[in-house]
Formats: sequence, structure tokens, C-alpha cells
Amino acid sequence: MKLPVKMTINGQKVSHEVEPRLLLVHYIREVVGLTGTHVGCDTSQCGACTILLGGQAVKACTMFAVQADGATILTIEGLAKNGELHPIQQGFWEKHGLQCGFCTPGMIMTAYQMLERYPKPTEDQIRHQLEGNLCRCTGYHNIVKAIEWAAEHMAGKK
Amino acid sequence: MYPAAFDYHAPKNVKEALGLLGKLKDDAKILAGGHSLIPMMKLRLAQPKHLIDLGKVPGLSGIKADGKALVIGAMTTHWEVESSSAVKSKLPVLAEVASVIGDPAVRNKGTIGGSLAHADPAADWPAAMIALGAEMVCEGPKGKRKVGVDQWFLGLMATALKEREILVQVRVPLLPAGSGAAYMKFPHPASRFAVVGACAALTLDKQGVCSKAGVGVTGAGTRAVRAKGVEAALVGKRLDAATIEAAAQKAADGVDVQADLQGSVEYKSHLCRVFAKRAITEAVRRAGA
Ligand SMILES: Cc1cc2nc3c(=O)[nH]c(=O)nc-3n(C[C@H](O)[C@H](O)[C@H](O)COP(=O)(O)OP(=O)(O)OC[C@H]3O[C@@H](n4cnc5c(N)ncnc54)[C@H](O)[C@@H]3O)c2cc1C
Ligand code: FES
Ligand code: FES
Repeated sequence: MKLPVKMTINGQKVSHEVEPRLLLVHYIREVVGLTGTHVGCDTSQCGACTILLGGQAVKACTMFAVQADGATILTIEGLAKNGELHPIQQGFWEKHGLQCGFCTPGMIMTAYQMLERYPKPTEDQIRHQLEGNLCRCTGYHNIVKAIEWAAEHMAGKK
Repeated sequence: MYPAAFDYHAPKNVKEALGLLGKLKDDAKILAGGHSLIPMMKLRLAQPKHLIDLGKVPGLSGIKADGKALVIGAMTTHWEVESSSAVKSKLPVLAEVASVIGDPAVRNKGTIGGSLAHADPAADWPAAMIALGAEMVCEGPKGKRKVGVDQWFLGLMATALKEREILVQVRVPLLPAGSGAAYMKFPHPASRFAVVGACAALTLDKQGVCSKAGVGVTGAGTRAVRAKGVEAALVGKRLDAATIEAAAQKAADGVDVQADLQGSVEYKSHLCRVFAKRAITEAVRRAGA
């Protein structure tokens, strides 16, 4: 049994027929073709698959595409505008917040929600909010600095 | 990992959901936030033939204060509890519990009803529900019924919810003046589930004597339990450090502590005592003693 799903991803409307067991992350990567969202653990632990669903960070490996029918989704591909990096992306660049880059899309989407909820986060808040995102490379220090950089620059713009 | 194939149903109201549950019986499972069920389906530990998604049923989420209790819809997410102004002003310990569940993405999807229906032995909500004396409101073909928390958790992932019922609400009584409550947990370093968690809700009278105590312990055994020995050792006493220490020594009594990858029976029993002591100490401080 295939079911129709419609959603808006990074401002684009998409619609397909999918099997109910298709995970949202596979829908985004393999059906829609946006491969910026990664699959790390596939067991809800690492956060590499984090996207924003209706403005909230969710692990797209722990949700079925059919559950997102009608939803508005933002993925890493939707952040840069007209070739200009989003301040969070810029922060990761400036502060060397990545090495292999595998965790980075999830880190950035989590940071996006974090800075909406806590525009001036303390270091402790940043670390608590990153608990669902694992990085095998950086040791997290530069990720924290990248988010602090972004918080300062986003505050400057408002 | 792909789960086994299933048919997906998105009912528009509770009646329709109950109708589907009655028709599909054992072949169907309710889908709430999916953050316990979907991982189990991916590992094929669960292979339901039908999923009945409550995500599109209006009215099952939200938090209301009705005089003596906070009424929390079963589909209310952990984040909605964590960020609720009603919770923060009336029963802040619930926001404290919610804020230490998993991680922000888990809290955005996981629901209080899903957690209480699933009854994972390492879940956080059960300890708080026991300490606060919550009631679960279940709806079935014959209408609604309330189940007190002491009758709710029956064993490993087993509750008093009947086959054709849906958990629709959780009613958490407010604490009287002079009360304090706290939740303390030792989180698993990867999943953040409670290796052990303890929640204490205490009421002190004007002389600083404990008139009511609720203490729930989760994580160590196959189900969360009320620490009756601890409660009895607190009520009627002034809660100085020595009294708290002596009471907390009973925190693992009545818990069927399980040895696992996280630790031995001895170690986990010790954690019960340590975290009960911390929760009680903080609850007393918050009660303003
Ligand atoms: C990485 C990770 C970390 C986590 N860490 C923690 C943690 O630290 N502490 C913690 O407590 N939990 C933790 N969880 C579990 C999380 O809180 C779950 O969301 C919760 O236990 C289940 O809620 P749900 O809404 O996702 O339910 P689902 O997964 O949708 O459902 C769980 C079960 O309950 C049944 N069910 C759900 N809702 C109802 C209802 N209203 N009526 C009847 N039956 C129902 C379903 O049929 C299913 O059997 C974690 C989960 C993940 C993935
Ligand atoms: S791939 Fe989704 S949490 Fe790791
Ligand atoms: S940069 Fe390699 S996993 Fe984070």
C-alpha cells in the first residue's frame, strides 16, 4: 500500500507516493534527492539526520515520511541564501567547527533551533542542547565556539 | 534499517482511533511520538501490521490547570512540558523532568503519554508521576476511566492500559503550599535514559515537619516503584541531614534491581540511595525549610 505525501522542503513543494515504512530521512535523501541530511547511526542517537520540521529539530531517521504529510521542512540545503552562508554555517567556517563534516548538517540544524530558543546561550546551554548530536572528530570545543560566534553575529544583525 | 511493512492509519478523532483499534486488535499499534516504537520497529523487535497515528487527532495535546491538578494531554511532547508557562508556575518539577529526557530532538517528538504507555524501565516520567500521585485517564469503547499511578506500572513495559484503550490524559495533582519537589538522575552517557532516577515531592507544615512525602525511583528495576520505606521515614519528621540520610538508605528496598551493562545490583542499589538523597535534599530546600 503506497500513500500520497505532500510537503514543503526548503520552500519547494514536493509530492510523491511512498510506502508507509519509508523513513523521512530516506525520503529526503533518496526520493527528493537532498543528500545534505546524513544518516549516521540509524538508531536515533547521533543527530546526523537532524532537520527542522515545522520549526522543530527532529531526527529524520526516527520518523516515517507519512507522518510528515503536510509539513514544512528545512534542511541544511535551505540555509544559505543567494550564495551567502547562514551565520551558523559561517561560524563553523570561522571557528573550524568541523573536520570530516559528517555530523555538521545535524549540528547546524540543531544549532538553528537552539539559537531560536536561546538567542544568547551560555556555554553550558550550548553543550546541553547538543546532547543529541555526536561528533567523532572535533571534541566539540570548536563546535561550541562556532555556535557562540553565530549567536554574536545573529544578534548583531537583528 | 527498514521496519517490516505495515499499513498506516491517521484517524481524525479519538472515536475513529478506538474504532480502528477495536477492528484491527492485536495487529495494530498506536503511534504517538514514535521515539520508542520506531526504534523497536527498525530493529524488528516490534512488527505491527497496522500503525494508528495519533499525530493528527486534535485535542490530545496541551496543558490545562483545573484548580487542583495539571491536566496534560497524552500527546503533549516533552518539550511542550519543558517550555510550558503553566508548568513552570504551578509544578516546575515537571519541566525539570522533561528537560533531562534524551536530547532536544527526542523531546520535540516524544510524548508524555507515549512514555507512560510504553513504561520503559529507564524512563524518567514514571518516577515523577509516582512521587506526585498522578492519574492516567484511559479511553476505551465504553468511555473513560481513571487509573491511579500505583496501579499503573505492572512490570517490564507492562501497564494497566487495556488492549482497546488509548491513554488520553495525565492528571497531576498540584502540591499544597509549603511543598517542594525535585528530580535527580544519573543519565546513561549515550542515550541519556535514567540509569537511576529519583523524584521527591514533599510537604512541610509550619513547624517544618514533613506532613506528606512522595518518592518514586526509576531505572534500577524492571519498573518504576514508590519508595514506601523512604516515604515512611520522612513523614512526621523534621528533615535534617541525618533524617534524610537515614530515609534515603531505604531507596532500593522493594526495587527489583537488575544487573545490566550499566552496573551490578550492588552499584545500582547504591545509586538509588544516592539519588534519592539528592532529590529529597533539594526538595526540602525548595520547600523553603
Ligand atoms: C535517543 C533517545 C533517547 C531517549 N532518552 C530518554 C530519556 O532519557 N528518558 C526517557 O524517559 N525517555 C527517553 N527516550 C524515550 C522517549 O521519551 C520516548 O519518546 C517515549 O518513551 C515514548 O513516547 P512516544 O510518544 O515517542 O511513544 P511511541 O514510541 O509512539 O509509543 C510507545 C509505545 O506506547 C504506545 N502508546 C503511545 N502513546 C499511546 C497512547 N496515547 N495510548 C496508548 N498507547 C500509546 C505505543 O503503541 C507504543 O507501544 C529516548 C528516546 C530516544 C530515541
Ligand atoms: S542517523 Fe538519525 S540519529 Fe543517527
Ligand atoms: S566533524 Fe567528523 S563527525 Fe563531526
